[in-house]
Amino acid sequence: MAQRRKKKLGNLQAIIGSIPMISVAVGVYVICIIYSITLSFTSSRLFPKFNFVGLKQYERLWGSPRWQISVENIWLFGFLLIAFTLIVGYLLAVFMDQRIKQEGLFRTIFLYPFAMSLVVTGLVWQWVLDPNLGVQSAMANWGFEWFKFAPLVNPETAIYGVIIAGVWQGTGVTMAILLAGIRGIDEDIWKASKVDGIPAWRTYFSIVLPMMKGAVATAFVLQCVSVVRVYDLIVAITNGGPGIATQMPAVFVIEHISIRQNAGVGMAAATLMLLPIIILLGGRGIIQWRAAKIEKEYEKKMLQASAEVS
Amino acid sequence: MENISVSIKDLSLRFGRIEVLNSMNLEIKQGEFLVLLGPSGCGKSTLLNCIAGLLDVSDGQIFIEGKNVTWEEPKDRGIGMVFQSYALYPQMSVEKNLSFGLRVAGMKKPEIEERVKRAAEILQIEPLLNRKPVELSGGQRQRVAIGRALVRDVDVFLFDEPLSNLDAKLRSELRVEIKLLHQKLSNTMIYVTHDQIEALTLADRVAVMKGGVIQQLDDPTTIYEKPVNLFVAGFMGSPSMNFLHGEVIEKQGNQSVSFKGIEIPIRSYPSINGIKTGTKVILGARPEYIKIDEKEEGTVGPFEAVVEVYEPMGADSIVWILLGGKEISVRVAAGKRYTPEEKISVYFKIPSVSIFDAATEQRL
Amino acid sequence: MSEEKPESSGNEPRGPKPRKISPARIGVYAFLIISAIFFTLPLWVMLMTSLKTMPEIRMGYLFNWPQEISFDAWVKAWDTACTGRDCNGLKPGFWNSVKITVPSTILSIVIAAINGYALSFWRFKGSNFFFGLLLFGAFVPYQVVIYPLIIAFREIGIFATLPGIIILHSIFGMPILTLLFRNFFGSLPMDLFKAARIDGAGFWQIFFWIMLPMSVPISIVAVILQVTGIWNDFLFGSVFAGRANMPMTVQLNNIVTTTTGIREYNVNMAATILSAAVPLVVYFVSGKWFVRGIAAGAVKG
Ligand SMILES: Nc1ncnc2c1ncn2[C@@H]1O[C@H](COP(=O)(O)OP(=O)(O)OP(=O)(O)O)[C@@H](O)[C@H]1O
Ligand SMILES: [Mg+2]
Repeated sequence: MAQRRKKKLGNLQAIIGSIPMISVAVGVYVICIIYSITLSFTSSRLFPKFNFVGLKQYERLWGSPRWQISVENIWLFGFLLIAFTLIVGYLLAVFMDQRIKQEGLFRTIFLYPFAMSLVVTGLVWQWVLDPNLGVQSAMANWGFEWFKFAPLVNPETAIYGVIIAGVWQGTGVTMAILLAGIRGIDEDIWKASKVDGIPAWRTYFSIVLPMMKGAVATAFVLQCVSVVRVYDLIVAITNGGPGIATQMPAVFVIEHISIRQNAGVGMAAATLMLLPIIILLGGRGIIQWRAAKIEKEYEKKMLQASAEVS
Repeated sequence: MENISVSIKDLSLRFGRIEVLNSMNLEIKQGEFLVLLGPSGCGKSTLLNCIAGLLDVSDGQIFIEGKNVTWEEPKDRGIGMVFQSYALYPQMSVEKNLSFGLRVAGMKKPEIEERVKRAAEILQIEPLLNRKPVELSGGQRQRVAIGRALVRDVDVFLFDEPLSNLDAKLRSELRVEIKLLHQKLSNTMIYVTHDQIEALTLADRVAVMKGGVIQQLDDPTTIYEKPVNLFVAGFMGSPSMNFLHGEVIEKQGNQSVSFKGIEIPIRSYPSINGIKTGTKVILGARPEYIKIDEKEEGTVGPFEAVVEVYEPMGADSIVWILLGGKEISVRVAAGKRYTPEEKISVYFKIPSVSIFDAATEQRL
Repeated sequence: MSEEKPESSGNEPRGPKPRKISPARIGVYAFLIISAIFFTLPLWVMLMTSLKTMPEIRMGYLFNWPQEISFDAWVKAWDTACTGRDCNGLKPGFWNSVKITVPSTILSIVIAAINGYALSFWRFKGSNFFFGLLLFGAFVPYQVVIYPLIIAFREIGIFATLPGIIILHSIFGMPILTLLFRNFFGSLPMDLFKAARIDGAGFWQIFFWIMLPMSVPISIVAVILQVTGIWNDFLFGSVFAGRANMPMTVQLNNIVTTTTGIREYNVNMAATILSAAVPLVVYFVSGKWFVRGIAAGAVKG
C-alpha cells in the first residue's frame, strides 16, 4: 500500500518537474503554430485581428515579387549549400582520414567558423567581397587586374556570395560529422576490402559511404534546418539586397511582422515555411517505418533460417 | 624448400615503442593447418595481419609460395582472409559480396559466375545468394565470408577467430565444416583462436604464443602431453594442469619429488637422467593422470587425500581433493561418486606427468 | 615526409616497405591546405584590417600585414563606436550578452536535466508524446512561432525585458538539451535508479543526490552548446531583448551597418572580432567537447 502511494507520489513529482516541458511542447509547438496558421487567414496588420479573409493573404503572398524571389532563393541556396557542404565535407573527411600529419590543426581550422555567429560570418564576407577594397582590389594591386570577384553588389550574383559564406560556415561541421561516421566503420571492413584488392577510393564510395547513412542523414538534416532558418546571415551580409535580390522567407516573415506591419501575410509565409520541414519529417518517418518493417521481415527470415538448419 | 607454403624470417613488428613481434621465424608447409593459439593481446592477429600485408612489418621477410611478398599489396599475395566480425559489405547481396573483388579486378563475367557458383556449392549457400548480410544468421554470414576468400582462388587462407561471435552449438558445427573444407581443398590454412578445443581439433600443428613469441610449435598431442614450459602447460587443458611445487630428493639411489612432506617417486619419468637432486621443481599432472583408489601400471602411490568437491560434468567428473593442503583436480569416470570429507588415496601416473625447473619454468 | 632508410642488402625486399611520396598523397595535402587557406582567410583579413589605419585600408591590400600596427580601432570599437546617436561602443552589448547568456544557460540546462531525468526514469502517461512534440519543435523554423510569442510576451508584460529574453532562450534551447539529457540518463543503468527507489528516495532526492553529480560531463557539453548558441543569437536578441538589453551581435550589426558618416572598416572588423571572441575562446578551449556537443546536438531523434 505505502509502496504504491509512494510510486504515485513520485509520478506526481515527475509531472510537476515536467511542467516546463509540457507547457513549452503544447504552448509553443502546438498553440503558437495553430495561432500562426489561423492568423494567416486573417487580415491582421501589426496586431492580431480575427476577421477572416480566406486565402487572400496567400494570394497576396504569391503575387509579391519579394516572396517569389525569396522562394527561388531558398531553393537555390538550399540546394547548392547542401550539395556543396555534403560533397566537400565528405571529400575533406576522406582526406582527413589518410593518416595525415596535423590532423588536429586541420580540424580546428575547418570547424572554427561554425563557432562564430552568422552575423559575424556575414559581416566578414561582406568585407572580404567588398567591390572597392576587398579581394578584388587586393588581387588587382598584386597585378591580377583581370580578377573580378565581387558577387554581392550585383543582383544576379549576390545569392552566390551568400552561398560562399554559408559554405564557409557549414562545411566544417559536415566534415566533422562525416569523419566520425567514417571512423565508426568496423576496421575489418577495411581489411577485407584491401585483401579483396579494392582501391581505397572505391572502398570509400562503394562500401563506406553506404554504410554511414546515419551520419549522412544527420549532416543533411542539420544543413536543411539551418537553410530554412537562414536569417542572421542575410541580414548581416546583404540585408536582403541589392534591391530584393537576396530575400529569404525567414527575412520576409520578420519584416512583415515588424516594419511592414502586415502580420497576415507574414503568417501566411511562415505557414509555408513549415511545409518543407513537415515533408522532411514525414519522409524520415516513412523511412523509419520501412526500416522497422525490414527489421520485422529479417526476424521472420531468421526464424525460417533457424528452422531450415534444424 | 619446395613444399613450404608460408615462410617467416626474423619478423619484427613494433607499434611505436611497443614491440609486438620480435624476430619471429616460422615455416608452414603446403596444405598444413596451422593454429595460432595464445592469450588475448599476445600478437596473434598482428602476425596474421603481417602475413596478409595489412600491416607493414618493422623488420624481416615474409615468403608465400616461395615468393618474397614482404612489400606486396595484400591482393597480390595469394591470400584470403576471414574475420571475426565477418566484415561483409552490408549493402551488397551475398552474390555481390562474393564477386565484388573479382569485378574490381576486371575479371570476365562468365568466369566470375563460375567461381561464385562453385564457392556457393562448396559452402552450401546457393539459396542465400540474393540475400543481404542482415538477412543471414551468424553462421551463414561466416560461410559467406569464407566464400569471399574461396572465390579468389588463393593458396593460403587466413582466419582470425572466425567462430568467436557464434554460439557454442554453431561454433562446433562450423568447426567441423572448416575441417571438411580443409580436407576438400587442401590449401594452407592459418587459423587464429584462443579456444583450445578449436586448436586441438583442427590443427596439424599448433603454435602457442605468449608476448609475441612462439612458445611451442608442435602437433596437438605433443602440445597437450609434453608442454615445453610452464606457460604452455598451464594454458592448455581444462581444468588446467595441477602444479605441485617441490624439491628433488634422493633416497637409496631413487629420486623423488618432495611436496609438503609427501614424497612422490619419479623413477619412471622418461627423462629422469637429466634431473639433478636438490633442484627446486614443479611437478605438473593433468587431472586425468591422477588416479583415485586404483593402482595401474606405472602409477606411484598411494597418497592420502580428502575429497573437497565433486563436480559431475556429463561424460566424466572432476573431483577436487586436498593433498597435503593443496587443492588438486582429478578426472574420474562418470559413474564414480564421491562425497565431501571422504578419505581417499591417490596415485600419480608418472610417465605422463611433466616436471619443470622451478627457476627457468622449462620442462626437464 | 620521412623517407625510410635505403635497403642495405638491396637484393631482396626486407623490413618495412619503402615509402614513396605518391602523387595521390601530394594531392591530398594540396586539397587540405588549399581548403585550410580558404577557411582561415576571413579570420586573417579580419585581424589584419582591424590592426590597420584607414588610409592604409584604402590602398586596398586586403591580405597584407599592416605597415604600422595600431590598436586604436579596437579601443574605438569597444568604447566609442556609434550606433545611431549612442556612442558607447560594444561595451554595453558585451555586458548585455553576459547578462542574457549566463542565466539563460543555467535555466535551460536545469530544466532540460529535469526533463531528461523524468523522461528516462519516471515515464508518466503521455510523457513520450510531449517529448515527441518537443523534438518536432527542434525542426520548426522560429518564424512560425515568433509572432504569437511576441503577442503572448506583450500580454504577460515581459516583452523587451531581460527576463523575457532569458525565458525565450530557455524555451528554444529545450528540445536539443532535453534530448541530450534524455539520451544521457537513458544510458545509465536502470538498476542504479531501482536501488535508490528501494532505499526510499523520491523524485527530487534521486535527482539531486544521484543523477545530478553523475551528469557533470553531459552538462559541460550542454554549457558549451548553450553559451555559443545564445551568445551568437541574433534573431531573438533583435526582436525580444529590447533596446536596453540589446546583445552584442545586434549591436555589432548596428555599428557596422550604420550609414551615417564614413565607414571605418578597421573599427568594424575589430568589433566583429570582439563579438566572435567569446565563442571562439569556448571553441579553442573546449576542443573535443565542442565537437561532441555538435554531434549530440545534431543527432536529433
Ligand atoms: N594499432 C596498434 N597500436 C598500438 N598497439 C597495438 C595496435 N594493435 C595492436 N596493438 C598491441 O599489440 C598487441 C597484440 O595485439 P593483437 O591484436 O595481435 O593481439 P591478439 O593476440 O590478436 O589478441 P586477441 O586475442 O585479443 O585478438 C596488443 O598488446 C595490442 O595492445
Ligand atoms: Mg586478435
